[in-house]
Amino acid sequence: MHEVSIASEIIEIVRQNLPDGFDNKVKSVKLDLGEFTNIVPEALKFGFEVLTEGTELDGAQLIMNILPLKIECQICENVSLTEPGYFFCVKCGTDKVNIISGKEMKVVEIEIYD
Amino acid sequence: MSLITIEKKVLEANNSIADENRSKFKEKGIFSINLISSPGSGKTSLVEQTIIHLKDKMKIAVITGDIQTNLDAERIDKFGVPVVQIITNGGCHLDASLVRNAYKEIENEDIELLIIENVGNLVCPSEYDLGENHKICVMSVTEGDDKPLKYPLIFHHSEAFVINKIDLIPYLKCSLDEMRNNAVKVNPKLKVFSTSCYSCEGMDEWTKWLFHQCRM
Ligand SMILES: Nc1nc2c(ncn2[C@@H]2O[C@H](COP(=O)(O)OP(=O)(O)OP(=O)(O)O)[C@@H](O)[C@H]2O)c(=O)[nH]1
Ligand SMILES: [Mg+2]
Ligand SMILES: [Zn+2]
Repeated sequence: MHEVSIASEIIEIVRQNLPDGFDNKVKSVKLDLGEFTNIVPEALKFGFEVLTEGTELDGAQLIMNILPLKIECQICENVSLTEPGYFFCVKCGTDKVNIISGKEMKVVEIEIYD
Repeated sequence: MSLITIEKKVLEANNSIADENRSKFKEKGIFSINLISSPGSGKTSLVEQTIIHLKDKMKIAVITGDIQTNLDAERIDKFGVPVVQIITNGGCHLDASLVRNAYKEIENEDIELLIIENVGNLVCPSEYDLGENHKICVMSVTEGDDKPLKYPLIFHHSEAFVINKIDLIPYLKCSLDEMRNNAVKVNPKLKVFSTSCYSCEGMDEWTKWLFHQCRM
Protein backbone atom coordinates (compact mmCIF):
# COMPACT_ATOMS: atom_id res chain seq x y z
CA MET A 1 0.00 0.00 0.00
CA HIS A 2 2.85 2.38 0.73
CA GLU A 3 4.31 1.81 -2.74
CA VAL A 4 2.79 5.10 -3.89
CA SER A 5 4.70 7.04 -1.21
CA ILE A 6 7.85 5.12 -2.12
CA ALA A 7 7.28 6.00 -5.79
CA SER A 8 6.96 9.67 -4.93
CA GLU A 9 10.24 9.55 -2.96
CA ILE A 10 11.92 8.02 -6.02
CA ILE A 11 10.53 10.73 -8.30
CA GLU A 12 11.73 13.43 -5.89
CA ILE A 13 15.26 11.96 -5.87
CA VAL A 14 15.28 11.80 -9.69
CA ARG A 15 14.17 15.47 -9.95
CA GLN A 16 16.87 16.61 -7.55
CA ASN A 17 19.48 14.93 -9.72
CA LEU A 18 18.41 16.26 -13.12
CA PRO A 19 20.85 18.76 -14.68
CA ASP A 20 20.01 22.48 -14.25
CA GLY A 21 17.64 23.67 -16.97
CA PHE A 22 16.89 20.13 -18.12
CA ASP A 23 13.89 20.25 -20.44
CA ASN A 24 13.83 16.84 -22.07
CA LYS A 25 12.53 13.46 -20.99
CA VAL A 26 13.86 10.82 -18.65
CA LYS A 27 14.36 7.47 -20.36
CA SER A 28 14.79 5.18 -17.39
CA VAL A 29 15.30 5.02 -13.64
CA LYS A 30 17.33 2.16 -12.22
CA LEU A 31 16.54 0.88 -8.75
CA ASP A 32 18.15 -1.66 -6.42
CA LEU A 33 15.36 -3.41 -4.55
CA GLY A 34 16.01 -6.07 -1.92
CA GLU A 35 13.70 -9.05 -1.58
CA PHE A 36 13.52 -8.51 2.18
CA THR A 37 11.56 -5.26 1.96
CA ASN A 38 7.82 -4.89 2.03
CA ILE A 39 7.66 -3.61 -1.53
CA VAL A 40 5.55 -5.26 -4.20
CA PRO A 41 7.37 -4.46 -7.49
CA GLU A 42 4.17 -4.38 -9.59
CA ALA A 43 2.52 -1.96 -7.16
CA LEU A 44 5.60 0.26 -7.18
CA LYS A 45 5.64 0.29 -10.97
CA PHE A 46 1.97 1.19 -11.06
CA GLY A 47 2.45 4.01 -8.54
CA PHE A 48 5.42 5.32 -10.51
CA GLU A 49 3.44 5.36 -13.77
CA VAL A 50 0.46 7.12 -12.24
CA LEU A 51 2.55 9.78 -10.49
CA THR A 52 4.75 10.54 -13.51
CA GLU A 53 1.93 10.99 -16.01
CA GLY A 54 2.25 14.31 -17.83
CA THR A 55 5.62 15.16 -16.24
CA GLU A 56 9.20 15.06 -17.55
CA LEU A 57 9.29 11.49 -16.25
CA ASP A 58 6.25 10.41 -18.26
CA GLY A 59 7.07 7.14 -20.02
CA ALA A 60 10.29 6.62 -18.11
CA GLN A 61 10.99 2.97 -17.51
CA LEU A 62 11.42 1.89 -13.91
CA ILE A 63 14.11 -0.80 -13.99
CA MET A 64 14.13 -2.82 -10.79
CA ASN A 65 17.17 -4.87 -9.95
CA ILE A 66 15.80 -7.35 -7.43
CA LEU A 67 18.44 -8.47 -4.93
CA PRO A 68 18.01 -11.76 -3.08
CA LEU A 69 18.30 -12.18 0.68
CA LYS A 70 21.89 -13.22 1.33
CA ILE A 71 23.72 -13.88 4.58
CA GLU A 72 27.37 -14.20 5.49
CA CYS A 73 28.55 -16.32 8.42
CA GLN A 74 30.60 -14.43 11.03
CA ILE A 75 32.45 -17.63 11.92
CA CYS A 76 33.25 -19.46 8.67
CA GLU A 77 32.50 -16.61 6.23
CA ASN A 78 30.24 -18.81 4.12
CA VAL A 79 27.80 -16.84 1.98
CA SER A 80 24.38 -18.31 1.23
CA LEU A 81 20.94 -17.40 -0.03
CA THR A 82 18.20 -17.69 2.54
CA GLU A 83 14.64 -16.82 3.50
CA PRO A 84 13.35 -14.75 6.42
CA GLY A 85 13.18 -17.03 9.45
CA TYR A 86 16.24 -19.02 8.37
CA PHE A 87 19.03 -16.84 9.64
CA PHE A 88 21.70 -19.44 10.25
CA CYS A 89 24.78 -20.66 8.40
CA VAL A 90 24.08 -23.69 6.18
CA LYS A 91 27.71 -24.77 6.52
CA CYS A 92 28.47 -24.59 10.25
CA GLY A 93 25.00 -24.07 11.73
CA THR A 94 25.68 -20.91 13.76
CA ASP A 95 23.10 -18.11 13.91
CA LYS A 96 25.90 -15.53 13.98
CA VAL A 97 25.25 -14.29 10.46
CA ASN A 98 25.05 -10.87 8.84
CA ILE A 99 22.59 -9.93 6.14
CA ILE A 100 24.71 -8.73 3.23
CA SER A 101 21.99 -8.20 0.66
CA GLY A 102 18.22 -8.12 0.42
CA LYS A 103 17.35 -4.93 2.31
CA GLU A 104 18.28 -2.43 -0.42
CA MET A 105 15.96 0.29 -1.61
CA LYS A 106 18.14 2.62 -3.61
CA VAL A 107 17.99 4.78 -6.72
CA VAL A 108 21.14 3.78 -8.60
CA GLU A 109 21.15 5.76 -11.82
CA ILE A 110 18.98 7.43 -14.41
CA GLU A 111 19.22 7.72 -18.16
CA ILE A 112 18.08 10.95 -19.82
CA TYR A 113 17.56 12.16 -23.38
CA ASP A 114 19.96 15.04 -24.05
CA MET B 1 21.44 9.98 -24.12
CA SER B 2 23.40 10.23 -20.91
CA LEU B 3 23.62 8.36 -17.65
CA ILE B 4 23.54 10.04 -14.27
CA THR B 5 24.77 8.02 -11.31
CA ILE B 6 22.79 8.65 -8.14
CA GLU B 7 23.26 5.87 -5.52
CA LYS B 8 20.78 7.31 -3.05
CA LYS B 9 18.56 5.48 -0.58
CA VAL B 10 14.91 5.92 -1.46
CA LEU B 11 13.98 6.75 2.13
CA GLU B 12 16.96 9.02 2.76
CA ALA B 13 14.78 12.12 3.19
CA ASN B 14 12.63 10.34 5.78
CA ASN B 15 15.67 8.87 7.51
CA SER B 16 17.36 12.23 7.94
CA ILE B 17 14.23 13.72 9.56
CA ALA B 18 14.08 10.60 11.75
CA ASP B 19 17.68 11.28 12.82
CA GLU B 20 16.71 14.86 13.69
CA ASN B 21 13.81 13.56 15.78
CA ARG B 22 16.11 11.07 17.47
CA SER B 23 18.66 13.68 18.47
CA LYS B 24 15.94 16.08 19.65
CA PHE B 25 14.41 13.33 21.82
CA LYS B 26 17.82 12.46 23.20
CA GLU B 27 18.61 16.07 24.03
CA LYS B 28 15.29 16.32 25.89
CA GLY B 29 15.83 13.04 27.76
CA ILE B 30 12.94 11.32 26.00
CA PHE B 31 12.85 7.58 25.36
CA SER B 32 10.47 6.67 22.55
CA ILE B 33 8.81 3.56 21.22
CA ASN B 34 6.92 2.96 17.97
CA LEU B 35 4.05 0.47 18.39
CA ILE B 36 3.23 -1.45 15.23
CA SER B 37 0.46 -4.02 14.67
CA SER B 38 -2.43 -4.91 12.39
CA PRO B 39 -5.70 -3.05 13.03
CA GLY B 40 -7.23 -4.01 16.36
CA SER B 41 -4.43 -6.10 17.91
CA GLY B 42 -4.68 -3.91 20.97
CA LYS B 43 -2.13 -1.08 20.59
CA THR B 44 -4.31 1.56 22.24
CA SER B 45 -5.37 -0.89 24.95
CA LEU B 46 -1.70 -1.63 25.62
CA VAL B 47 -0.96 2.11 25.77
CA GLU B 48 -3.78 2.54 28.30
CA GLN B 49 -2.46 -0.30 30.48
CA THR B 50 1.10 0.97 30.17
CA ILE B 51 -0.01 4.42 31.35
CA ILE B 52 -1.89 2.89 34.31
CA HIS B 53 1.19 0.91 35.33
CA LEU B 54 3.84 3.58 34.78
CA LYS B 55 2.31 7.00 35.19
CA ASP B 56 3.31 7.38 38.84
CA LYS B 57 6.88 6.45 37.96
CA MET B 58 7.48 8.52 34.85
CA LYS B 59 6.10 11.27 32.64
CA ILE B 60 4.43 9.79 29.58
CA ALA B 61 3.13 11.36 26.36
CA VAL B 62 1.45 9.72 23.39
CA ILE B 63 1.33 10.39 19.65
CA THR B 64 -1.26 8.24 17.95
CA GLY B 65 -1.77 7.76 14.22
CA ASP B 66 -4.97 6.74 12.51
CA ILE B 67 -6.33 6.93 8.99
CA GLN B 68 -9.46 8.64 10.31
CA THR B 69 -10.94 9.91 13.61
CA ASN B 70 -9.44 11.05 16.89
CA LEU B 71 -11.07 8.22 18.81
CA ASP B 72 -7.75 6.81 20.04
CA ALA B 73 -6.60 10.23 21.29
CA GLU B 74 -9.92 10.63 23.15
CA ARG B 75 -9.29 7.29 24.88
CA ILE B 76 -5.77 8.31 25.94
CA ASP B 77 -6.86 11.80 26.96
CA LYS B 78 -8.99 10.30 29.76
CA PHE B 79 -5.76 9.25 31.48
CA GLY B 80 -4.56 12.83 31.75
CA VAL B 81 -1.37 12.48 29.71
CA PRO B 82 -0.41 14.78 26.81
CA VAL B 83 -1.65 13.22 23.56
CA VAL B 84 -1.54 14.26 19.90
CA GLN B 85 -3.66 12.62 17.22
CA ILE B 86 -2.24 12.35 13.71
CA ILE B 87 -4.89 11.74 11.05
CA THR B 88 -3.23 10.44 7.89
CA ASN B 89 -6.31 10.72 5.64
CA GLY B 90 -5.72 7.40 3.97
CA GLY B 91 -1.97 7.18 4.57
CA CYS B 92 -1.13 3.64 5.64
CA HIS B 93 1.85 4.50 7.88
CA LEU B 94 3.41 7.29 9.94
CA ASP B 95 6.56 8.92 8.65
CA ALA B 96 9.22 10.96 10.40
CA SER B 97 7.90 14.34 9.33
CA LEU B 98 4.39 13.59 10.64
CA VAL B 99 5.96 12.72 13.98
CA ARG B 100 8.14 15.85 13.94
CA ASN B 101 5.06 18.03 13.43
CA ALA B 102 3.03 16.20 16.06
CA TYR B 103 5.84 16.47 18.59
CA LYS B 104 5.89 20.27 18.17
CA GLU B 105 2.49 20.35 19.86
CA ILE B 106 3.90 18.80 23.03
CA GLU B 107 7.51 19.99 22.96
CA ASN B 108 7.05 22.13 26.05
CA GLU B 109 5.80 19.20 28.11
CA ASP B 110 8.12 17.37 30.44
CA ILE B 111 8.30 13.88 28.86
CA GLU B 112 10.36 10.81 29.75
CA LEU B 113 8.54 8.18 27.71
CA LEU B 114 7.00 9.01 24.34
CA ILE B 115 4.74 6.27 22.98
CA ILE B 116 4.01 6.52 19.26
CA GLU B 117 1.10 4.34 18.17
CA ASN B 118 1.40 3.73 14.45
CA VAL B 119 -1.49 3.30 12.01
CA GLY B 120 -2.93 -0.23 12.27
CA ASN B 121 -0.96 -2.03 9.54
CA LEU B 122 1.65 -4.76 9.83
CA VAL B 123 3.31 -4.12 6.49
CA CYS B 124 3.89 -0.50 5.55
CA PRO B 125 5.06 1.06 8.86
CA SER B 126 7.99 -1.35 9.17
CA GLU B 127 9.93 0.47 6.47
CA TYR B 128 9.74 3.94 8.08
CA ASP B 129 12.11 5.09 10.78
CA LEU B 130 10.38 7.71 12.94
CA GLY B 131 13.34 8.46 15.18
CA GLU B 132 12.17 6.07 17.90
CA ASN B 133 14.52 4.13 20.17
CA HIS B 134 12.66 0.87 19.69
CA LYS B 135 10.06 -0.51 17.35
CA ILE B 136 7.68 -2.78 19.26
CA CYS B 137 5.54 -5.23 17.35
CA VAL B 138 2.16 -6.19 18.81
CA MET B 139 0.12 -9.18 17.65
CA SER B 140 -2.96 -10.75 19.19
CA VAL B 141 -3.40 -14.50 19.56
CA THR B 142 -6.50 -14.42 17.34
CA GLU B 143 -4.29 -13.57 14.35
CA GLY B 144 -2.73 -17.06 14.34
CA ASP B 145 0.66 -18.38 15.42
CA ASP B 146 2.09 -18.54 11.87
CA LYS B 147 1.92 -14.78 11.29
CA PRO B 148 5.47 -13.88 12.38
CA LEU B 149 6.73 -15.98 9.46
CA LYS B 150 4.28 -14.39 7.05
CA TYR B 151 5.12 -10.81 8.02
CA PRO B 152 8.82 -11.19 8.89
CA LEU B 153 10.13 -7.69 8.19
CA ILE B 154 8.49 -6.01 11.18
CA PHE B 155 9.79 -8.74 13.51
CA HIS B 156 13.24 -8.28 12.05
CA HIS B 157 13.15 -4.55 12.83
CA SER B 158 11.58 -4.82 16.29
CA GLU B 159 13.30 -4.87 19.66
CA ALA B 160 10.36 -6.50 21.42
CA PHE B 161 7.23 -8.42 20.54
CA VAL B 162 4.07 -8.22 22.62
CA ILE B 163 1.65 -11.12 22.16
CA ASN B 164 -1.67 -9.69 23.28
CA LYS B 165 -5.15 -11.01 24.17
CA ILE B 166 -3.78 -14.15 25.81
CA ASP B 167 -7.02 -14.34 27.83
CA LEU B 168 -8.59 -15.67 24.62
CA ILE B 169 -6.21 -18.64 24.28
CA PRO B 170 -8.69 -21.19 25.76
CA TYR B 171 -11.03 -20.49 22.83
CA LEU B 172 -8.43 -20.72 20.07
CA LYS B 173 -6.16 -23.16 18.29
CA CYS B 174 -3.30 -20.73 18.65
CA SER B 175 -0.15 -21.92 20.41
CA LEU B 176 1.68 -19.24 22.34
CA ASP B 177 4.94 -21.20 22.11
CA GLU B 178 4.60 -21.59 18.37
CA MET B 179 3.96 -17.88 17.89
CA ARG B 180 6.95 -17.02 20.07
CA ASN B 181 9.21 -19.54 18.29
CA ASN B 182 8.24 -18.28 14.86
CA ALA B 183 9.01 -14.71 15.87
CA VAL B 184 12.37 -15.66 17.35
CA LYS B 185 13.25 -17.56 14.17
CA VAL B 186 12.99 -14.29 12.28
CA ASN B 187 14.80 -12.32 14.98
CA PRO B 188 16.74 -14.30 17.62
CA LYS B 189 17.35 -11.11 19.66
CA LEU B 190 13.65 -10.35 20.00
CA LYS B 191 12.39 -9.87 23.58
CA VAL B 192 8.95 -11.50 23.79
CA PHE B 193 6.11 -10.63 26.18
CA SER B 194 2.62 -12.07 26.46
CA THR B 195 -0.12 -9.88 27.81
CA SER B 196 -3.80 -9.46 28.31
CA CYS B 197 -5.19 -5.96 28.50
CA TYR B 198 -8.35 -7.43 30.07
CA SER B 199 -6.92 -9.57 32.87
CA CYS B 200 -3.65 -7.54 33.07
CA GLU B 201 -1.66 -10.79 32.95
CA GLY B 202 1.92 -10.13 31.83
CA MET B 203 1.53 -6.38 32.20
CA ASP B 204 4.01 -6.13 35.08
CA GLU B 205 6.75 -7.85 33.11
CA TRP B 206 6.19 -5.68 30.02
CA THR B 207 6.04 -2.39 31.90
CA LYS B 208 9.05 -3.25 34.08
CA TRP B 209 11.12 -3.99 30.99
CA LEU B 210 9.96 -0.75 29.36
CA PHE B 211 10.75 1.24 32.49
CA HIS B 212 14.28 -0.18 32.56
CA GLN B 213 14.79 0.55 28.88
CA CYS B 214 13.93 4.20 29.56
CA ARG B 215 16.34 4.44 32.48
CA MET B 216 19.23 2.69 30.75
N1 LIG C 1 -9.97 -10.22 24.87
C1 LIG C 1 -9.13 -9.19 24.73
N2 LIG C 1 -9.50 -8.15 23.97
C2 LIG C 1 -8.64 -7.11 23.86
C3 LIG C 1 -7.39 -7.10 24.51
N3 LIG C 1 -6.75 -5.95 24.20
C4 LIG C 1 -7.58 -5.26 23.40
N4 LIG C 1 -8.73 -5.93 23.19
C5 LIG C 1 -9.90 -5.53 22.39
O1 LIG C 1 -9.53 -5.50 21.03
C6 LIG C 1 -10.18 -4.46 20.33
C7 LIG C 1 -9.17 -3.55 19.64
O2 LIG C 1 -8.35 -2.93 20.63
P1 LIG C 1 -7.59 -1.55 20.36
O3 LIG C 1 -6.79 -1.26 21.57
O4 LIG C 1 -8.52 -0.51 19.88
O5 LIG C 1 -6.64 -1.99 19.16
P2 LIG C 1 -5.68 -1.07 18.25
O6 LIG C 1 -4.53 -1.93 17.85
O7 LIG C 1 -5.35 0.18 18.97
O8 LIG C 1 -6.59 -0.76 17.00
P3 LIG C 1 -6.29 0.30 15.82
O9 LIG C 1 -5.68 1.50 16.43
O10 LIG C 1 -7.63 0.57 15.25
O11 LIG C 1 -5.40 -0.42 14.85
C8 LIG C 1 -11.00 -3.72 21.39
O12 LIG C 1 -12.31 -4.21 21.35
C9 LIG C 1 -10.33 -4.10 22.69
O13 LIG C 1 -11.19 -4.06 23.80
C10 LIG C 1 -7.02 -8.24 25.31
O14 LIG C 1 -5.96 -8.33 25.90
N5 LIG C 1 -7.94 -9.25 25.38
MG1 LIG D 1 -5.51 2.16 18.31
ZN1 LIG E 1 29.39 -20.78 9.16
